[in-house]
Amino acid sequence: MKINKLPVVFFEVEILDAKTKDKLCFLDKYCNCFLVFHVFVSDPQWYPARQSIRLDPKGKSLKDEDVLQHLPVGTTATFYFRDLGAQISWVTVFLTEYAGPLLIYLMFYFRVPFIYAPKYDFTTSKHWVVHLACMCHSFHYVKRLLETLFVHRFSHGTMPLRNIFKNCTYYWGFAAWMAYYINHPLYTPPTYGEQQIRLALTVFLFCQIGNFSIHIALRNLRPPGSKTRKIPYPTKNPFTWIFLLVSCPNYTYELGSWLGFTLMTQCLPVAAFTLVGFIQMTVWAKGKHRSYLKEFRDYPTLRSPILPFIL
Amino acid sequence: MASGEEDGTVEEKETNNKKRTKGAIATAWLTFYNIAMTAGWLVLAVAMVRYYLQKGTHKGLYRNIARTLKFFQTFALLEVGHCAIGIVRTSVIVTGVQVCSRIFMVWFVTNSIRQIQNEESVILFVVVWTITEITRYSFYTFNLLNHLPYFIKWARYNMFIVMYPLGVIGELLTIHASLPYVRRSGMYSLRLPNKYNVSFDYYYFLIIVMLSYIPLFPQLYFHMLRQRRRVLHGEIVVEKDE
Repeated sequence: MKINKLPVVFFEVEILDAKTKDKLCFLDKYCNCFLVFHVFVSDPQWYPARQSIRLDPKGKSLKDEDVLQHLPVGTTATFYFRDLGAQISWVTVFLTEYAGPLLIYLMFYFRVPFIYAPKYDFTTSKHWVVHLACMCHSFHYVKRLLETLFVHRFSHGTMPLRNIFKNCTYYWGFAAWMAYYINHPLYTPPTYGEQQIRLALTVFLFCQIGNFSIHIALRNLRPPGSKTRKIPYPTKNPFTWIFLLVSCPNYTYELGSWLGFTLMTQCLPVAAFTLVGFIQMTVWAKGKHRSYLKEFRDYPTLRSPILPFIL
Repeated sequence: MASGEEDGTVEEKETNNKKRTKGAIATAWLTFYNIAMTAGWLVLAVAMVRYYLQKGTHKGLYRNIARTLKFFQTFALLEVGHCAIGIVRTSVIVTGVQVCSRIFMVWFVTNSIRQIQNEESVILFVVVWTITEITRYSFYTFNLLNHLPYFIKWARYNMFIVMYPLGVIGELLTIHASLPYVRRSGMYSLRLPNKYNVSFDYYYFLIIVMLSYIPLFPQLYFHMLRQRRRVLHGEIVVEKDE
């Protein structure tokens, strides 16, 4: 990172606790060209990821890349310290929350004992759509795991620890609820039979490819190791042309995939999961759309957050 | 609602006027609503006392007041709307949970399971609700009219200490009494196989509802105790409850 060749100026820096305003630390000769720091670095309990250093007690956290000289401070700089609580890396959270549904669904699929009546233990369903559903569900989560490991470039390293419990309850709970009914000995296949299943599978695969294309396109926007943000545009891949109409097509395709899966299994718990997921993704898409509009003056006006022209 | 008279443009003065009018309409509506609800629950109280004095028993009392109870308790759904549009400063979720639990008790337990309507526990929670609601709605009414007698404030923030646990006992006993009838009739339940590939057992659902009182009741109770400490012991805090 380039640092301007300006005369070296020394700052006085004091760090206060954001809540109690206690003085935590005072440095009387801090160089302007230094990056924003972290405190208590000798104490392993206070790892940098859980420290928020900010100019205002209620304001936004400063970034690691910020340089003291470029901040709106006088020669005496006051910073506020806030403990973000125990943190966990995004990669860890994603891997855990996706591995769960993969394994849980398979347990129901293979009819592991104590789930259904003993006479059904380790039997397989006589409906071929149940096997297809298992393949689709497993494929979906394997894809997510691989994307987490090899495709995604995360802006933030960590999130609060309590999120992993919340997220895993959500993913694992819904996976168990869905899998219980789809793999149940009394499962009823879709009303319109093969036609319905074929259409559903087409929609599902189309949206899986679409979702993957978007993830790749977003990854390519950002050079390795950087945290820059750019407007995503359609590429040569037709699945990315949806960028013309939507800010977060990854969510659009995700919704499509789950609609396909709902149609394929004709199972109400799957529909419920799709609905809840759609609500959450809409909230995220609207937020992302708003931050795109704030950050980029020339952001395309035709785009909607998640559903073309609608939402 | 402080609308400052700043040296603003004409537009600012117009928006301030609009805000004041909206505030006046909201206050008028809320006053009417709270008076109506106080009256409704008073009618209920009088009906129950009259029935008991005339018949000497609580059997058949529920049937007698059922329509009035259903009407006024269901009307309380409006309170969720009040929070949602912001004319009452309470969390939509807290109000929603409270009103929904009442609606659930009235419509999905007591109303639909006739065999338990003569249980003592039903009378217990209906009496508790009546006392609580009369106190609460008259508190809101007098508050809106800026003439709150201390005894009503005292009642609102002290009676719950006894009323709340009594009400919970009444509700839990009622749900418990209904279980055998629910199991036998299979009401509100969906069995497999069906084309939606889902099942629902109302019997187990009721058991889960009963269990949910364990984490929820202490939270709400201690919330009320904290409110009480703040209000009655004169700490200057924004009243979040109405």
